[in-house]
Amino acid sequence: MSEHEYQPKSKFGKWFNDRLPLLTLTNHLTDYPTPKNLNYWWTFGGILTFCLITQIITGLVLAMHYIAHADMAFNSVEHIMRDVNYGWLIRYIHANGASMFFLAVYIHIFRSLFYGSYKSPREIIWILGIIIYVLMMAAAFMGYVLPWGQMSFWGATVITNLFSAIPLVGEGIVTWLWGGYSVDNPTLTRFFTLHYLIPFLILGLVVLHIWALHIPGNNNPVGIDIKKPSKDTVSFHPYIVIKDLFALLIFTILFAAFVFYSPNVLGHADNYIEANPMVTPAHIVPEWYLLPFYAILRSVPDKLMGVIAMLSAIFILVALPWLDTSKVRSAVFRPLYKQFYWILVADVLILGYVGAMPAEGLYLLIARIGTAYYFAHFLIILPILGKIEKTTPLPLSITEPILGGALNAEPARSKENSQNL
Amino acid sequence: MSDQKKVKRRDFIFTASTVVGVVGVGAAAWPLIDQMNPDASVKALATTEVDVSSVQPGQSITVLWRGKPVFIKRRTENEIIEAKSVSLNELKDPQKDEDRATNPEWLVMLGVCTHLGCVPLADKGDYNGWFCPCHGSHYDTSGRIRKGPAPTNLEIPKYKFVNSKTIMIG
Repeated sequence: MSEHEYQPKSKFGKWFNDRLPLLTLTNHLTDYPTPKNLNYWWTFGGILTFCLITQIITGLVLAMHYIAHADMAFNSVEHIMRDVNYGWLIRYIHANGASMFFLAVYIHIFRSLFYGSYKSPREIIWILGIIIYVLMMAAAFMGYVLPWGQMSFWGATVITNLFSAIPLVGEGIVTWLWGGYSVDNPTLTRFFTLHYLIPFLILGLVVLHIWALHIPGNNNPVGIDIKKPSKDTVSFHPYIVIKDLFALLIFTILFAAFVFYSPNVLGHADNYIEANPMVTPAHIVPEWYLLPFYAILRSVPDKLMGVIAMLSAIFILVALPWLDTSKVRSAVFRPLYKQFYWILVADVLILGYVGAMPAEGLYLLIARIGTAYYFAHFLIILPILGKIEKTTPLPLSITEPILGGALNAEPARSKENSQNL
Repeated sequence: MSDQKKVKRRDFIFTASTVVGVVGVGAAAWPLIDQMNPDASVKALATTEVDVSSVQPGQSITVLWRGKPVFIKRRTENEIIEAKSVSLNELKDPQKDEDRATNPEWLVMLGVCTHLGCVPLADKGDYNGWFCPCHGSHYDTSGRIRKGPAPTNLEIPKYKFVNSKTIMIG
């Protein structure tokens, strides 16, 4: 909590705060000392909170009109689109909101990768973030099943079938997940229940994520430890709040552009055909945000090994704070890491692209190289790089490169760091 | 707390309580886990009877069994000969045609690609059998995998001829 002891001004405030220190908490949140050089890549935490709240509110409303039954789900979604007042708007916000959520979370994750925010002492924040990310994928997948269109049904079939790759118990687990011998009504109702539950689990984890963040405080573009509060910090309110709000405004413009001008561009036309267990769509693809992992899954010729590779690709991130052996956090001072970072970004984008393409010929070859590189980045390049890389000298404080100390003026004044207030 | 390693009466009580607690929690959790398994109404539909009297040689019908498509194909002479003439060395998942179709005229199998669960298309592909459009698996006239990513042949469900006109699947 805050360094200084907070006392509410009013008598009632003091009486209340002595019994439940909510005002102390509020005071901590507003006065929370924040590095003053945070750039716009740091605004995505707030944007993600906005996304989560948006999904919960729109989801709550949709659940009032949606019917979780194999015979009625598809029509109830069309009913929402055509009959319910503003139903089209709420559903399009919810559906595109999922994509916006993932867009923001990927930027948030890659910001952490660039500035080394996952490193000591912020490992727990990072791991909580990975758990949130995995839950987001589960929620998104189950949500996509609910409209009970062709992609819903066959996506659910393919993804749940992944568990059948587990030796001995695989088939039993799949039957248990389905509640039958194929994806059917029992599967739909449980997916709906879990889809409703997961956002609240995420909300709880977000509280822990922020709590863990407030122990060491924010990392910053220079990546050095700073004294708090000091000349290097500003209070969260109003400085960071107003910056977050401005970024959120820009973000909602993009969000609105999707919702109002191309609400279906991120979806699949096949999902406007009701689920039919007798006919498979010609080309089954997951939503865009899962494509890199889908590419990794398909790049391995063995079914079980493919599933293991896909899961490892996600969970390897948990070990990242220990795989990256460099003590320097920010890529600004790591000339080699900076280059490998951008190669990784390109690698993930390429994997995403080939994940959307048929798994054959050149695409398959690219997917295999991309998969191998992805694992090499974390398991080979990062551990070695920390040992051999010659990093550039770190400034002594955030203020130093701006006010003096010409040695580091250049890197610190680069675009990542131009947002000084 | 003493550092002595001597087992005390307390330790026994702690261990026994923990064991009883774990068993109790497990017993309470089991109904919550098992409720997700197929229920009685799903199991009741575990068999399907199909009238195949109107199926002519060369034709095939698709019926739904346990929510999955089942192909029932009445094969022509040529198709049976083609299926029987394949040498087992050529097969990825070696299986004799006799073992797949006890009555060679009738081939009954799940219409679920063994790769990732798509429904293959009939009378297509390089082996005059089935072809899966999802990832390009080719099956022959016996439903055996010949080319493509699928690991095994199309699965044969449990079935029997109730009489000459009716097949019971399941």
